[in-house]
Amino acid sequence: MVTADQVLAALDEIPDPEIPVISLVELGVVRDVEVDGARVSVTLTPTFLGCPALEAMKHALEEKIASIGGDPDVTVERGDAWTSDSITAAGREKLRAAGFAPPVPREATAPRLVQLQSRAFRCPYCGSADTRLENLFGPTPCRSLRYCESCRQPFEQFKTL
Amino acid sequence: MREREQLLALADDELVIGWRDSEWTGIAPTLEEDVAFSSIAQNEIGHARAVYELLAEDADALAFDRAPEEYRCSPLVELRLLDWAHTIARRYLYEQTDRERIERLMQSDDPVVAGIARKIDREEAYHRMHAELWAERLRDEPRFTQALEELRPYVDGDRATRTPEFAELWDEMTCVRRSAPGAEW
Repeated sequence: MVTADQVLAALDEIPDPEIPVISLVELGVVRDVEVDGARVSVTLTPTFLGCPALEAMKHALEEKIASIGGDPDVTVERGDAWTSDSITAAGREKLRAAGFAPPVPREATAPRLVQLQSRAFRCPYCGSADTRLENLFGPTPCRSLRYCESCRQPFEQFKTL
Repeated sequence: MREREQLLALADDELVIGWRDSEWTGIAPTLEEDVAFSSIAQNEIGHARAVYELLAEDADALAFDRAPEEYRCSPLVELRLLDWAHTIARRYLYEQTDRERIERLMQSDDPVVAGIARKIDREEAYHRMHAELWAERLRDEPRFTQALEELRPYVDGDRATRTPEFAELWDEMTCVRRSAPGAEW
């Protein structure tokens, strides 16, 4: 019989389908791991509701649980359980190292344009805060595009959600 | 409107505006807006799916197996708009009214409905910023202000009847489902 810790360690090996430098556990979308005999229940919370990778993530979780001898029961929770603050510290560091600026912490109110247009966002390549918003939207729903005036490198900024 | 009707109206609006927004994919006036409209469309259709799943066992069946007269979307989202001033005017008007109803649904007595509404609200914050950015940029542009005036009456239009432009959209949106009834995707 597997323990919840063993399950979590195994699931931590599953890369995010779109940003494979970070695991699904580090992304914070896996929660409520419960083991009851052979049955392993896990809740999966999408980052964005329109995320096309959701089904792929669900299948990856089921396969991994089965590979360690569990009987998978993966539930998708579409409420507002996940926020960008759910990304772990280790996950944020891996994002930064791969050139994705991690999300800035969420405040009590939703992000406002004036904040996003400020130069408070750090370039993941050179660390400069002299960066500007290029586009609120990027290649996936969870990312915006910014440009570093210092090292002249465009980069992807995880949205604060 | 009862909550179930409000949710169906919301899901139908999000599905259809997502469809209309996606029509700019590949042909928007700038690459940035091509990315923006594609991303917004993806979000809106994701919201529609989440709400259809609340309302029915089979979200696809609810989304695509109804006759045109059974949809409850606003005429504002049905219009096929071919110029940028009208497209931005619609996004601006849509996000204003969408915000009001999402804020109402966030106060729902049903915790599942309130949770989905909060999640949608987080994502819509970026759509509102996009709309506000454009409205600010175009506020002195007569084509934009005229488009706002022209489209404003559609905001509170009748949800029980379809505009003439819906027929073609419905035909395209449902043709795959209708081509293979009962298929599993």
